[in-house]
Amino acid sequence: MSEQNAQRLGIVVAGSLTKGLEVRLDSAVSVEDMAVGRYVTIEGQKRRFFGMITDISLGVIDQKLTVTPPDVADPFMAEVLAGTSTYGTLHIMPMLTIGGEVVSLDEGPQQVKTTPSHFATVNLASQTDIELVFGKEDEKKFYIGTPLDMETKICLDLEGLVKRSNGIFGKSGTGKTFLTRILLIGMLQKSKAVNLIFDMHNEYGWEGTSEQGRKVKALKQLFPAKVAVFTLDEESSRRRKVSTDFVVRIGYDEIEPEDIGLLRQTLNLTEASVQAVYLLAREFGQKRWIEATLNLGDEEETKNLLNRLSIHESTYRNLRRGLETIRRLPFLLAHSPDNAVKRILDYLDRGTNVVLEFGRYTDVTAYILVANLLTRRIHAQYRERMEKALGEDIAAPHPLVITIEEAHKFLNPEVASQTIFGTIAREMRKYNVTLLVIDQRPSGIDEEVMSQIGTKITCLLDNERDIDSVLAGVSGKSELKSVLSRLESKQQALIFGHAVPMPVVVKTREYGSAKSYKEFVSVEEGEVKKKAEKDIEELWK
Amino acid sequence: MQRVGEIIEASTTDFVAQCYELYQLPPLGGLVKTKDASVELYGIVYSATTTSLEPGRRPIARGKDEATEEAIYKSNPQLTKLLKSEFGALVVGHRQNDKLYHYLPPKPARIHGFVYLCPPEEVKEFSKSLDFLNILINTRLSVSAEELIAACLRQMSRVYEDRHAFLVGAGKELAVLLSGDLNQLKAILGRIRE
Repeated sequence: MSEQNAQRLGIVVAGSLTKGLEVRLDSAVSVEDMAVGRYVTIEGQKRRFFGMITDISLGVIDQKLTVTPPDVADPFMAEVLAGTSTYGTLHIMPMLTIGGEVVSLDEGPQQVKTTPSHFATVNLASQTDIELVFGKEDEKKFYIGTPLDMETKICLDLEGLVKRSNGIFGKSGTGKTFLTRILLIGMLQKSKAVNLIFDMHNEYGWEGTSEQGRKVKALKQLFPAKVAVFTLDEESSRRRKVSTDFVVRIGYDEIEPEDIGLLRQTLNLTEASVQAVYLLAREFGQKRWIEATLNLGDEEETKNLLNRLSIHESTYRNLRRGLETIRRLPFLLAHSPDNAVKRILDYLDRGTNVVLEFGRYTDVTAYILVANLLTRRIHAQYRERMEKALGEDIAAPHPLVITIEEAHKFLNPEVASQTIFGTIAREMRKYNVTLLVIDQRPSGIDEEVMSQIGTKITCLLDNERDIDSVLAGVSGKSELKSVLSRLESKQQALIFGHAVPMPVVVKTREYGSAKSYKEFVSVEEGEVKKKAEKDIEELWK
Repeated sequence: MQRVGEIIEASTTDFVAQCYELYQLPPLGGLVKTKDASVELYGIVYSATTTSLEPGRRPIARGKDEATEEAIYKSNPQLTKLLKSEFGALVVGHRQNDKLYHYLPPKPARIHGFVYLCPPEEVKEFSKSLDFLNILINTRLSVSAEELIAACLRQMSRVYEDRHAFLVGAGKELAVLLSGDLNQLKAILGRIRE
């Protein structure tokens, strides 16, 4: 075992399962070498525990020392007192038990249900321990980063990950986009899921830029065969020299009353206007209502209509103003020549990941409208196929992961119950569709949706409400809070939930250098090669 | 092994020995030992006195006409026979069947037992464990515990190549033992630092 070379930190002196353990540091260990978020193992009598440092404090054996401090200018005095009369204590949250019991030998690390006994030795976790807990990189596990101050790889079980909706949170500029790119590449390589990405800022399909202004490659450049870029703004894509696969156009006839309901906040519509939409839709028909409403011209005729539908004049004006905003969106046509949903589904069925670029239309109205509209249809299709697959025993469609940014606009408490995203988040994987939610204000997301998110990956957050909403319902919340608010603003993230056995702080792997691309792509090439060899073998059988 | 005296008084906790030569005393805090059949007793020198051989006869000043102190002894050769040097040692451990114990032996030392000053190797062996410090702290003696402990540790540290490491280790042991008495700890540490 690794006990011999493990670095001994101290011994357990007090604690509880819920509040964590108090560990007295050995005098040889400097309290300044410790860091919140590091992993330790505790050698209990019957089992080994795996835990994380959540707090570090100083203690004195006699309170008099704090009142009349000794002459620390004398190095001898300081050396003698360090670790004896004055000492450091660590606060450790035990998370898992590894080894020892029959269950944990069979099934790997188990959730901790007890504490180690008094004076159990505490060691810094070794590479082997961490590998034991987080697993090695393999066909299903994807290397996402390293723990703090260590070289070990922390891997995510991506097949498990995509079975539930997931979230990536963090303040603006903390590396959400980079993290998302890495995760998307992981899904692309290691899971059977296909991705549909609503790419608001044109960062995932083709080149993006890092904060230093350096150009960073994106999915299509790295995996041209597996990714298709759709765009809403052909001109912008062409200027950026992106090779697009399809230009998405949406017809008025595809917009349904529910879509307008969602846009209530961004279009500044009243509740009455939203009701009026349904009335108008009933009057003119689902397909024609927008066009008809926008074409209402004659004052007399309009008045009659409004009277008949008992819509107030001011409500009509309010609605009309909102619809005019939509009409100004250039990608909307009276009637779309091609069916965008069908195209997207075709690609997804072939296992190709689709990135939908918004080009210059980065305003929220366009994003919400398009994302919601497309997702609703795709989800309906998936639902139909899944039901068919259940009934007729045919293959279910590829699991689909839909990535949305600015998620609080779709999933805030007011609209979460109405949007398709709220539905997907709640019903989870029943229909093989899950979400990857990217957001900087998690407090704006409906609690119910938040509680259904399987794995949360969060970069630095410093707003109290955001931290609370991300950590809601996690055991050891207050300890994780101190870890979360001390993350560095770059390249560090706290991962917890379904895909990891315990909360973990990672320094995310590098993305953006030629070497890093090579690492990502080489895995891919290796797999292709393996598959080709297998195919050849089968051919000769 | 250097013989420093012969026991003239013994009890469970300490013994008093007389030196063969006047003023040939072992140092304060020095580790001495005496043999009693199968048991070897270890003691730490805690006091030393030089007095008249006869309790009733006090020495008188004799140097009025002499130029140096040595001259007094030269012109009064009887003095070395009329005075005696004695030292007391606190028993801190014993060795029985080749095993070292840092606590009191079952029986006290014998009168007329020879007392030796321990050689460096033996001091090193004995000071591997500092359990005897507890005896020094808890025994009431004519000399203050701080002085005795400091003297003892200074003596012992001399046999080590890395004196500093030994003293820090002993200091840490004391910090634990004296956790309730910070002032005493400070006093000792002040006396053993280099």
